[in-house]
Amino acid sequence: MKSDIELIDANGKRLDGRTNDQLRDVKIEAGVLHRADGSCYLEWGGNKVVVAVYGPREAIPRHTQDPLRAIVNARYNMAAFSVDDRKRPGPDRRSREISKVISEALEKVVLIDLYPRAAIDVNIEILDAEAGTRCAGLTAAGVALADAGIPMKDIPVGCAAGKIGAETKDGKVSGGHVVLDLGKEEDNFGDADLPIAISPRTDEILLLQMDGHLTVEEFNKAMELAMKGCHDVSKLQKDALINKYAADVEEVE
Amino acid sequence: MTISPTIKKNYLQKLAEQNKRSDGRKFSDYRPVSIEPGVISKAEGSARVKIGNTQVVAGIKMVMGEPYPDTPDAGVMTTAAELIPLASPDFEAGPPRGNAIELARVVDRGIRESNVIDFEKLCLEPGEKIWVVFIDIHIIDYDGNLFDAASLAALAALYGARMPIERLEEEDRNAYIKKLDDFGIKPVEETVKNKAGDEEKVMSYYIPMREPPISCTSVKFNDVVVVDPSLDEEEIAEARLTVSTDSNGSIRAMQKGLNGSFTLEEIKKIIKDSLVTGDALRKQLNESAGR
Repeated sequence: MKSDIELIDANGKRLDGRTNDQLRDVKIEAGVLHRADGSCYLEWGGNKVVVAVYGPREAIPRHTQDPLRAIVNARYNMAAFSVDDRKRPGPDRRSREISKVISEALEKVVLIDLYPRAAIDVNIEILDAEAGTRCAGLTAAGVALADAGIPMKDIPVGCAAGKIGAETKDGKVSGGHVVLDLGKEEDNFGDADLPIAISPRTDEILLLQMDGHLTVEEFNKAMELAMKGCHDVSKLQKDALINKYAADVEEVE
Repeated sequence: MTISPTIKKNYLQKLAEQNKRSDGRKFSDYRPVSIEPGVISKAEGSARVKIGNTQVVAGIKMVMGEPYPDTPDAGVMTTAAELIPLASPDFEAGPPRGNAIELARVVDRGIRESNVIDFEKLCLEPGEKIWVVFIDIHIIDYDGNLFDAASLAALAALYGARMPIERLEEEDRNAYIKKLDDFGIKPVEETVKNKAGDEEKVMSYYIPMREPPISCTSVKFNDVVVVDPSLDEEEIAEARLTVSTDSNGSIRAMQKGLNGSFTLEEIKKIIKDSLVTGDALRKQLNESAGR
């Protein structure tokens, strides 16, 4: 899809005024729900996400149990009112796919061997959507898992990079700027999107998807930006957890 | 009943004998309520309502659609509630089951039958084009009394719902604006911030609403009646009564649930308490909507 909107100007300023390596505002709060074992509320630009973690608990139905390890069930779900045109409630093919890749990313960091036959349910609700919901959802899931006290090797974190402002002539793509954390118009009318999730202690890549058009150099640049974005957000995740538990410690003292 | 609810029941009954509840409330005390309108930017209207630890988000979406043949000149409303597994360890994923459907229908009835929305003003062209109003209710955290929380959230979201007239074709839009003008509905001029952070003036039309009835739920266990049940109290409840009251002090809807029974005296007392609670909640709802 192409538009006449100029996504990035000559000075490298983007539509919402950000520079190429600037994140949108990210706000994270841990432990926001009363009923869940662990929870997190996250705002990332115009995205609003709430995540609840339940478990480890017996996996039901029984045939889903694994006798050697726990299964991580992430369920990504969009509220009907979270997008411009009302979305029909319930899972569709897109949300099923996102649920699957997030589950797999989380299974890499959770110590699943500790809980045979158990399920760890991670419910990701997108209340307001504005590009980059899967990274926002996974990031919030990392905080909620930690809040639930689930043993993990690391707190996973996600962030996207992409390319905007390229020109297409006779099927050939040229020019363009590699930027961090695509906004709504950049996602709709941009040239490439590269959401990733990493384990920030080791920089292992837990999730990676891409669509669009990137040269190898652009890909390297995009990965570098996305990694940096992940590390920045990772600090906010830890701050959110410290904030919550610092309050608890004060109460005890 | 398994062992742990039995223990819980004994505990709550013992407390009730001493005129106490597990969270320290009196029998007629409602939990603290918070109403935050406009929390979802993508929705036409939205609200987050908290009653104690119970938390509900409602969002309104509006699209152009065709009217039902029996009401060619009236708008249409549909209500859906999702008991998503986020809200409770006992909620399961999948299509809505009994509880979610009952909840959505009770909320729907409360709004529809009391004519809170002025549906005739949601018609562009009789028999052809009308607004369809979708009310979607998301339960975020479940600690009892979903009926009251969901109705309040739906009402608060409707109160702030701005009709997306900019999505209409220009011809339709002008015709509709003229129609609203004939009804005496004037736009509200508002200053909003656009994407670039600059201020912009827009003309907003809100969904035409009438004063709503407010629902208040009580439950009975062990011959004690308590208002605004928490989850623990709901789990051991023998009977439930929801009473909707309006600003004139009249009763607008009632619904009894569960297999226990009430005496006439108990019902009279519940109605009396519901009127007081209803007034307080209505005041809070109007304040949150800036009216």
